[in-house]
Amino acid sequence: MTINGWMQIALYCAVVLALTKPLGAYMTRVFTGERTLLSPVLAPVERRLYRVAGIDSRQEQTWLGYAGAMLLFNLLGFVLLYALLRLQGGLPFNPADQAAVAPDLAFNTSTSFVTNTNWQSYGGETTLSYLSQMLGLTHQNFVSAASGMAVAVALIRGFARASTKTLGSFWVDMTRATLYVLLPLCIVLALFYVSQGMPQTLGAYVEATTLEGAKQTIAVGPVASQVAIKMLGTNGGGFFNANAAHPFENPTALSNFLQMLSIFVIGAALTNVFGRMVGDERQGWAILAAMGLLFVVGVAVTYWAEANAYGVLSNLGLSGGNMEGKEVRFGIAASALFAVITTAASCGAVNAMHDSFTALGGLIPLLNMQLGEVIIGGVGAGLYGMLIFVVVAIFVAGLMVGRTPEYLGKKIEAREVKMAMLGILCLPLMMLGFTALATVVPAGLAGPANAGPHGFTEILYAYTSAAANNGSAFGGLTANTLFYNTTLAIGMLVGRFFVKIPVLAIAGSLAAKKRLPASAGTFPTHGGLFVGLLVGVVLIIGGLTFFPSLALGPVVEHFAGAAGQTFATGG
Amino acid sequence: MLSQLRPALVLLVALTAVTGLAYPLAITGIAGAIFPAEAAGSLVERDGKVIGSSLIGQSFTGEGYFHGRPSATTAADPADASKTVPAPYNAANSAGSNLGPTSAALSERVKGDLDALRAENPRQPVPVDLVTTSGSGLDPDVSPEAALFQVPRVAKARSLPEDKLRDLVAGQVQGRTLGLLGEPRVNVLALNLALDDLAHR
Repeated sequence: MTINGWMQIALYCAVVLALTKPLGAYMTRVFTGERTLLSPVLAPVERRLYRVAGIDSRQEQTWLGYAGAMLLFNLLGFVLLYALLRLQGGLPFNPADQAAVAPDLAFNTSTSFVTNTNWQSYGGETTLSYLSQMLGLTHQNFVSAASGMAVAVALIRGFARASTKTLGSFWVDMTRATLYVLLPLCIVLALFYVSQGMPQTLGAYVEATTLEGAKQTIAVGPVASQVAIKMLGTNGGGFFNANAAHPFENPTALSNFLQMLSIFVIGAALTNVFGRMVGDERQGWAILAAMGLLFVVGVAVTYWAEANAYGVLSNLGLSGGNMEGKEVRFGIAASALFAVITTAASCGAVNAMHDSFTALGGLIPLLNMQLGEVIIGGVGAGLYGMLIFVVVAIFVAGLMVGRTPEYLGKKIEAREVKMAMLGILCLPLMMLGFTALATVVPAGLAGPANAGPHGFTEILYAYTSAAANNGSAFGGLTANTLFYNTTLAIGMLVGRFFVKIPVLAIAGSLAAKKRLPASAGTFPTHGGLFVGLLVGVVLIIGGLTFFPSLALGPVVEHFAGAAGQTFATGG
Repeated sequence: MLSQLRPALVLLVALTAVTGLAYPLAITGIAGAIFPAEAAGSLVERDGKVIGSSLIGQSFTGEGYFHGRPSATTAADPADASKTVPAPYNAANSAGSNLGPTSAALSERVKGDLDALRAENPRQPVPVDLVTTSGSGLDPDVSPEAALFQVPRVAKARSLPEDKLRDLVAGQVQGRTLGLLGEPRVNVLALNLALDDLAHR
């Protein structure tokens, strides 16, 4: 570990914190329908869109109406993307002559992008046409992120409002998130990325003759426009197979820093939107503090593990840290930081191969996802995930003092706690259930590339990533098979919608409640005690649920590696 | 739910057109106008022919060139399309090795490379990036230490003084961005082009 490495990490945290308040203020105006800087340009577009679509922007929906609209929109998006992938062979913008995507892979990829997971069973430059990349993936990157944000805003309204049935309009929230938040930022970011060397062309792959006279085919494409939204929308699906490790997808240390910022900035700002909309910014800062605490500890462990490289490399007497699967321009610190950010949020982009991380360095990304990606989290998904844990934490606090739990003047009762537990429990069911299945059936056992405990971790990581809608992988796993494509897609669907729908149900029942005035007995939820309680609940639920599986994978591997043991495939 | 079908369809079509066509095509147009070289892939030409991209590593095996890092990329086996064969620096199929920290295969590979490098230059410790594959398999850079490590071999193959080559490497080192971000590095293709220029002079 170096001082410079720690300074890069500190600078990152400082910039995220500095952006939280201004972006939070802007997004609050967007979602409360106030005028913003961009209104003169975008308001007419928005109005025309609503007129054609038959939307009355003042008409609000109940939680069921909101959920129904979201499901319908996602279903149609899924059908469109599936059709596009199956038909890409006969459609334009296909200079590399990519054939139709196979049915199971098209199902997996469509599910993956609609659920904001962006699991890569596909290999970008070897599977997809430019049209599929733009019309299919880039588009879903926008709207799946926007619909995550919409659900978070609906939940915030549930806390902020009293004695009402409605939560806002899904159509309006989703449209505004796309037009006012995502699109303008993406235009700026995409152009900056091109200035750093990211290609943006519709031309064919380049044929080069290298200095030594060999032929090299260089894949290019409309990369920058997709990468901008891929990071900002915490989608993470790569234009290229190697994702953000590819020099075209992440050319410089500066593009890397901006991509890391993009992953966190909207999620962090949403905590501020929450504080503003419930009328007390301190409530937002308290949630961000709990997230930040978990984040910093994760970064420190991963950075330490990667810099010390327990395993094959240190056993061979090499120093300088674990550079297997990492790029020289990023080095150890920026690779470790990226890995923790991308799994804390539900991004899943990688700038280094997580499969080649040390056992403990890879444990933190895995644990981040298992905790439900509540550390900043996916755009929208992180905030509503953390608010589910808030409901449970408040409930636990209420039990301890024998008083009906309250949060922001709302009584937390049986229905909210049941819905919160439903959202929390569907994740381990998918992650651990499918991992157990894959470790006993031949189709599952055929997947791992590494032997021993690391092979088990590859499987566990895959289902964890799918259900948490992350999309990063221990890439050695051969996942483009009927078994994995199907089971992973089921994991993604359950992980997305069996969280989102209970969240909206909580929002609906909270909005209907009366607001109680704070009294001397009210537990303050903006102080250190609450932050500690929240962090404790997240760690205890996550730890109790997942410790056995972690012990079988990364923990065993760490001790085996430190003792000099290696594992050969087929042995 | 049927009353929701119209807004769903209209918004899907409209937002697809805006975010899936208008946005990427507009960026393509603007980027092509203000950053034409970068947008096309930062291609490097010599004598009018494209010899690669300054951002994409390429395979160097000759004694007289500086080598990049090992690469784990593969290509379809010409004999059997369902299998793959190693194809270092295949820029149409980026990939890492995905070998974990207790992999016997990783241990054997690194050991083999270490033995060869120690035989080539017994005086210096082997830099870790010279025996590890990158995440993309296309890393265009090596660390400054890794470039300096290769100076004795290149100097011998080219019959040039080692000092001159060390100066050449020093001139090619790119520092951290703003003195803070990333790590110092040497672009292997740029270094080898400079090396060829030096030899031609």
